[in-house]
Amino acid sequence: MLESIVHVCLAGLSIGMFIWLVASGLTLIFGVLKVLNFAHGTFYMLGAYLCYWVLGRMGENFWLGLAIGPLVVCAAGFLIERFFLRHVYHLALPYQLLLTFAFVLIFDDAVKILWGAGSLGSPNVPGLSGSISILGRNFPLYSLFMIAVGPLVALAMWTFLERTWWGRIIRASSSDREMAAALGVRVPALYTAVFVLGTWLGALGGGLAVPYVGLLTPGMGEAIIIDAFVVAVIGGLGSLKGAFFGALIIGLLSSFGTRFLPTFDMFLTFILMAAVLLWRPQGFFGEAK
Amino acid sequence: MILKATSINTYYGGSHILQDVSFDVNKGEAVGLLGRNGVGKTTTLRSIMGLTPPRKGSIVFKNTEIVGKPAYSVSRLGIAYMPDDLRIFPDLSCDENLEIAARLSMLKGYWNKERVEELFPVLRARKKQKGLNLSGGEKKMLSLGRALMANPELILMDEPSEGLAPLIVKNLAEVIRTIRSQGMTILLADQNLKFCRKVSDRGYILEKGRVVYSGAIADIWGNEEVIKKYLVL
Repeated sequence: MLESIVHVCLAGLSIGMFIWLVASGLTLIFGVLKVLNFAHGTFYMLGAYLCYWVLGRMGENFWLGLAIGPLVVCAAGFLIERFFLRHVYHLALPYQLLLTFAFVLIFDDAVKILWGAGSLGSPNVPGLSGSISILGRNFPLYSLFMIAVGPLVALAMWTFLERTWWGRIIRASSSDREMAAALGVRVPALYTAVFVLGTWLGALGGGLAVPYVGLLTPGMGEAIIIDAFVVAVIGGLGSLKGAFFGALIIGLLSSFGTRFLPTFDMFLTFILMAAVLLWRPQGFFGEAK
Repeated sequence: MILKATSINTYYGGSHILQDVSFDVNKGEAVGLLGRNGVGKTTTLRSIMGLTPPRKGSIVFKNTEIVGKPAYSVSRLGIAYMPDDLRIFPDLSCDENLEIAARLSMLKGYWNKERVEELFPVLRARKKQKGLNLSGGEKKMLSLGRALMANPELILMDEPSEGLAPLIVKNLAEVIRTIRSQGMTILLADQNLKFCRKVSDRGYILEKGRVVYSGAIADIWGNEEVIKKYLVL
């Protein structure tokens, strides 16, 4: 029983860290730009496909694919913010959702045209492809790697936001865009930079998902974006700390749900979200309105 | 002349707030914008800063037309803004609030953190406190200190004396005199004529978005009719 619980916990943590990677970019973008980017799951999908595409051309080197693929997606993020999203900041939320949802449809179809509608297989990762024995049972090494990557990304983001000059500008502008501008911040340029950084985080999550999810499908972004939204809502929209702990909770809940209550697996996540919304509408770490 | 506004017209959505407002400020002067609540004082300052840009008219700062320039370039030209709601960054410490202004500004000058802290010793004691946890008075000093840190040539102050106890208002007048002695030009909007009399040289009285009277502050102070009509409720 104990081994079983330990393994379910580990699996939950690795699922949670995936959701965190996607939710982190979503949260960063919402926290600074106040835009709910529905296309964030699309960046995840593009990150996965481009990582796969690059590594296929670079001698099946996964790490090279992971380094290059998400950077290519950043170019798409840049164009979307600079030429489209920028024009809807002053409009109501539904317009932003509609616009970003349009990009979901466009890129889903683009992926179908470029790589076909079927699923692609996933590669092995040199060095991380086996499994190790934990309490007498095998656990995939790559999942363990993910459990380490998540907190590293969180630490890097925290250091960047709290300890660097750029982080300070971002924190100032996210709390008061107008005053930041009056002090000399080029807010539009900052928004572009933050959007591209958020895009990269989503695409990195997608690239890291390549060996993990086992297959790539054109709709893979929609599945993860729902989880990421749930996590962002539970943690408090715009709060990175909230997204991190929200992702841990959802990961563990879904892992335990699959193991012990398979019929109610999806149900549990949404019950939790509904409960949080009723009891604490601003989320665990969100500020009360 | 450091700032000259000519016939500016500013709107909030459909409402025509400023109607052909003109005024000027000379280098080294302190000029007061007077008038009751809602006559357009804040909108005038926001129009200069580029936060609520005028649709018509011209504002020239040191030979540069600034109508149509975004706020960040107005600030880089040497205009700093102390809003009536102070707008301290809640998530940044007192120190960080000061440093961000100095580093974003490309201008060099007399003011630095030591001198600002000398002017407002309480800011030294609150160094590491988040903006969120400062008192109203501390926020006011920090907001003014932050404006100074940019080493601007002109500071726009919106209702600096509002909400302060009489003794503190007296101190603030002293502080503004100190700032002026370092050559700073000031345009302040304030309802408190007593305070304005202490710190400014000239005044413009606004009423329903128009300039209805202007002159030396001593003349305004001595003109009971004008005071009754436009300033006292």
